[in-house]
Amino acid sequence: MAQIDIRSVRKSYGKTQTLHGVDLIFPTGEFVVILGPSGCGKSTLLRMIAGLEEITAGEIAIGGTVVNRLEPRERGCAMVFQNYALYPHMSVADNIGYALKVAGVPKAERRRRIEETASIVGLSDYLERKPAALSGGQRQRVAMGRAMIREPKVFLFDEPLSNLDAKLRVSMRAEIRKLHQRLNATSVFVTHDQVEAMTLADRLVVMNKGQVEQVGQPLDIYHRPASTFVASFIGSPAMNLMDSRIEGGTVRIGGHAVRLSPAAASLEGREITVGIRPEQVRLSSNGTGVMAVADFVEELGSGRIVHAAMEGQAFAAAIGEEVRVQPGQPIAFELPAEHLHLFDRESGRRIEVEGPAASPVAAVPALALS
Amino acid sequence: MEKRSVFKSTWLPIVFALPQLTLILLFFYWPVAAVMNWAFTLEPPFGGAAEFVGLDNFREVFHDPFYWNSVLVSIIFAVCGALSAIFIGLVLALAVDRQLPGSGFFRFLYILPFAVAGPAGGIAFRFILSPERGLAAILNSIEPDLWNPAKYGSHALAFVIMIFIWKWAGYTFIFLLAGLQSVPRALIEAAAMDGSGPIRRAIDIQVPLLAPTLFFLLVTMMTEGFVGSDTFGMVHATTAGGPNRATEVMVYRIVDEAFHGLNYSGASAQSIVLIGLIMVFTFIQFRFIERRVHYK
Repeated sequence: MAQIDIRSVRKSYGKTQTLHGVDLIFPTGEFVVILGPSGCGKSTLLRMIAGLEEITAGEIAIGGTVVNRLEPRERGCAMVFQNYALYPHMSVADNIGYALKVAGVPKAERRRRIEETASIVGLSDYLERKPAALSGGQRQRVAMGRAMIREPKVFLFDEPLSNLDAKLRVSMRAEIRKLHQRLNATSVFVTHDQVEAMTLADRLVVMNKGQVEQVGQPLDIYHRPASTFVASFIGSPAMNLMDSRIEGGTVRIGGHAVRLSPAAASLEGREITVGIRPEQVRLSSNGTGVMAVADFVEELGSGRIVHAAMEGQAFAAAIGEEVRVQPGQPIAFELPAEHLHLFDRESGRRIEVEGPAASPVAAVPALALS
Repeated sequence: MEKRSVFKSTWLPIVFALPQLTLILLFFYWPVAAVMNWAFTLEPPFGGAAEFVGLDNFREVFHDPFYWNSVLVSIIFAVCGALSAIFIGLVLALAVDRQLPGSGFFRFLYILPFAVAGPAGGIAFRFILSPERGLAAILNSIEPDLWNPAKYGSHALAFVIMIFIWKWAGYTFIFLLAGLQSVPRALIEAAAMDGSGPIRRAIDIQVPLLAPTLFFLLVTMMTEGFVGSDTFGMVHATTAGGPNRATEVMVYRIVDEAFHGLNYSGASAQSIVLIGLIMVFTFIQFRFIERRVHYK
């Protein structure tokens, strides 16, 4: 079993630095998801663990051994690639068994393990086919079988689901999670899809512009985003963020003053960004509150998202009850103070307020993960 | 909207095509017709109309032991030259494809010999591989006559084959490098993750995926070895077919017979046999080797 230690790892291509010092620990047997927009360096980090990219500075250790100078084959990792990277001239059986063939495993033993692996990934009937004759989901399974058969210490996934259609993606997600529980290897999964990240991760790493923004359990990150970037990247629809200032223990949003907890008094006069998740916004019962101009309503059946403009900025509210809203009609929202997130306007970092800020065990509405 | 100009007249397109048509007629169809004519006739040595002799020219060619010698030399030349040029081009392309530091410079160097005309390369190699002085003379200082293409037929044949390889490895290199660059990088990475080293990856992944390119090169290089104008040029500039006809490839013998021996009829008959031989070789290649090639 293998813990992965990443110590102040940097990557530069010529003069451009793409990773600016990453420090992470992935404990043995955990399913770690690295989430970030494209170009944030998440794939580069994964490929550095695999040994496919050189490490410019810093250290990566797998199971206590520093692997900086080791070839990919000496690191005990297996990888599932975004485009599957199946060998087009080999049958499914040869694809799955290639690692064993290279390792010099005798033919009978190889055959036995290929069949065993194929039955786990549900490919027993396709062993003699070429990859070109398989569907997208089947190719994905071959790629997973090929990674599994070596019984690796570490499993690396490089956006493996992004080429599948929506329905298949959901079922493959479940299969990957099951596979992880069965193999008990350390898994690192890179994705830009926050739903994949939330559903799969034991531990979630959010990256942006070559830096780690936040590390934690998915729910912790959802409830206590460390920066405006994380706040807007996780959750769908994205968190509403509004510029404001703390005056007299309140924040002014949409022409309305929302009273903060007494603990926020120390922040008097600070320029901040206020965030609230659309799920936590309520329609005002008495017509007073934070005023906005309705734009349109997205009907989801189980709920609906009201899109509005507040002081010229887009504002979304996920509402449970059925509402009829005409475009251009003024609409009043209630923003519960305990669900407000405060961020420093300059740095975008979270400002922790003691007391009844967001409660970490609050029920998550179904909308958040759909 | 696509804009195209339409010519109403019929004579204008013909005028445009005329230079090309003239070239093809003058330098392709007319010589072919002449060769066919000469192959079945005999020109009297002191003038007069050519006499139709049927298959006599061919009969004479097939009974000539020197002719069969040239066929054998040509087969050795084409097979060894083509296979070695492809193999060396492949090794160089695999090395450059790894994109290690400096590979751009080496890519340029490896392509360069292809830009040198065969006879010029031949002259250069006369100096490089001269038994008296230079690089190869070191061999003779170990043991006299260890390397002497002027004396031993086998050495001379190896000598001209080396020039062929030197030049055409640059050509196969271009095609094979282009082929390798179209192999997705993720496949190589996947094989590396599967524990396969660079040589193993080349054999298991890259070469099988290059099969169509390799087959194309096999056919073109074999043809080049048999009839290439450079093949004549290389032999002509170095050994002139010697010593004792050891390097007399079929094209060299044809030119020698026609323009030194002034035996147009015999040379024409040999040309037709050569064309037939290439067709047979190409047929064999398509029949037995192409079936093992997987096109994507």
